[in-house]
Amino acid sequence: MKVPGYEQQPIDARLAREARWDVEAFHTAYCDLLDLGNIEHWPEFFTADCLYIITARENAEADLPVGLVYAEGRDMIRDRAFAVRHTQMFAPRYLQHFVTNVLIRAVAHDEIRAQSNYQLLQTLVEGPTTLLQAGRYYDTFRRVDGRLLIKERRCIYDTTLIANDLVLPV
Amino acid sequence: MFSTDTVIHPLGSTSKEREPASYAWPAEGLAAVPDWIYTSQHIYDREMERIFHGRTWSFVALEAEIPKTGDFKRSYVGPTPVVVARDEAGDVHVFENRCAHRGVEFCRHSRGNTAEFVCPYHQWTYDLHGDLQGIPFRRGIKGEADSGMPREFRNDQHNLRKLKVQRLYGVVFASFADDMEPVEQYLGEEILHDFAVVFKDRKLKVLGYYRNELPGNWKLYQENLKDPYHATLLHSFLVTFGLLVAGSRTSMMADPSGRHGTMASRKPDDVTKIVDGNTAKEMRAYRTDLRLADQRFLEFIPEFDSPWTVTMQTIWPNFIVQRELNTLGVRQIVPNGPHSQIMIWTMFGYETDTEEMTRHRLRQGNLMGPSGFLGLEDNEAIKFLQEGVRRSPSDRGILKLGGTTEGTGGIISESAIRAMYRHYREVMEL
Repeated sequence: MKVPGYEQQPIDARLAREARWDVEAFHTAYCDLLDLGNIEHWPEFFTADCLYIITARENAEADLPVGLVYAEGRDMIRDRAFAVRHTQMFAPRYLQHFVTNVLIRAVAHDEIRAQSNYQLLQTLVEGPTTLLQAGRYYDTFRRVDGRLLIKERRCIYDTTLIANDLVLPV
Repeated sequence: MFSTDTVIHPLGSTSKEREPASYAWPAEGLAAVPDWIYTSQHIYDREMERIFHGRTWSFVALEAEIPKTGDFKRSYVGPTPVVVARDEAGDVHVFENRCAHRGVEFCRHSRGNTAEFVCPYHQWTYDLHGDLQGIPFRRGIKGEADSGMPREFRNDQHNLRKLKVQRLYGVVFASFADDMEPVEQYLGEEILHDFAVVFKDRKLKVLGYYRNELPGNWKLYQENLKDPYHATLLHSFLVTFGLLVAGSRTSMMADPSGRHGTMASRKPDDVTKIVDGNTAKEMRAYRTDLRLADQRFLEFIPEFDSPWTVTMQTIWPNFIVQRELNTLGVRQIVPNGPHSQIMIWTMFGYETDTEEMTRHRLRQGNLMGPSGFLGLEDNEAIKFLQEGVRRSPSDRGILKLGGTTEGTGGIISESAIRAMYRHYREVMEL
């Protein structure tokens, strides 16, 4: 599978090390916030003009644009956070994100492009903890006031057949 | 969590899954639904035989998925894996995904393009019609006694099992029954009308797929879209943001046979004009102070010759056509035992769409699918219902809204569900 824009570019070793440190720190903070259930602060990780898409690998490989979640701009992220918190009906659940295999693909000016693997573990009331999704993040980060924000995040999952639904953010 | 991950009362552990003492429908008639239609393996088996493998048309593909010669896709008729393929003349064929030799499910890719199908086990080959073309070592090897196929073996007696196929406005239907009436007649005039609004004279552009397991009986999904009552109650997103409220212009139409339906509504221009204090009190979610941060999501761009901004069509037994504002899609139901179904969503737009229109459809796509604001709630509610009927010793649900009518009904009515069960009881002889 090739995701356009995430081809490996030559990067200076020191810049790559720094970028990797920053991206891993970003993932840790992002997952911590979501895993603790603070979804109302989720939009704070994005730029105002962001693109956030969750889609199956079969769509990415066939160059089909649909998103299981398709958010153009931080306002759509805000609306989803609000809906999940206040209007959506779903069984109570916990989610844990595990992010590994961080690859820095490109570093330029105030932008970093990176690819990472993720696993989502879900726990429902009186249920086992199960692997909900295995996938990859394709991220473009922008540095704003020294802090990384997501300008683009494509969550591409291998787990084609979803176990009923995907409620909480990836 | 998949249904097979259930720890407390795992599948197979409850008495409701075994054959009930009696298949007598409750004395209330269609005002009640017995739990065993959702939980019994015997009933499920009979449904596969009489409904999915019987005299019904099943959706198997959109022609836009297989536009070129040699294009194919894996699909299902009921629970049965089939292959849909386009031949050199442009015709579409549907055959069992099962080699005529030993039964291997030979086609493993969701979609692709090929000149022929080759079973990987012994390399029997079939053409795009499903006809057997060749068998390795048919004449055996020289010097070996009783080698190869018997002399009287005929290829044309060992083709793949073929289904009856009809295409209508770019939608491909298949049936195990070879005496089916044309699809137009199967759908009936009223259903065909709203079906044509979406498909007739339109070239579709596939935007992508969602797939999910839904841990509930397949009939519950059909029921859900014949149940306008739930729309303004379960889906508080619709109500909170004024897309649909009790008092909106709506219609729940059932075809004369009772098996198909169209749930239609019109997005209110001004919600505050149709919601009075009393209606607002009944809808817990109704709020006048909330607005979406991104209002583009709620826009409806007129593109159809129809009074409705939303039509959800339930086409018996495996097919849903979704026209929700400008987000379009079809859903294929694959029954997966009494307690589960697989749902395959194909989202699409039209070839004439501008890039901005495509993006509008994709943005609005957040309403539907296994992460959609409406879609995920339906999946949750259906899962809860299945767990409730499977685990409790109580034995029936009730369908009393709207009195005893069966067929087209109002928004606070279960008339269309009753019509579906009238048809079901006839076919199932229950």
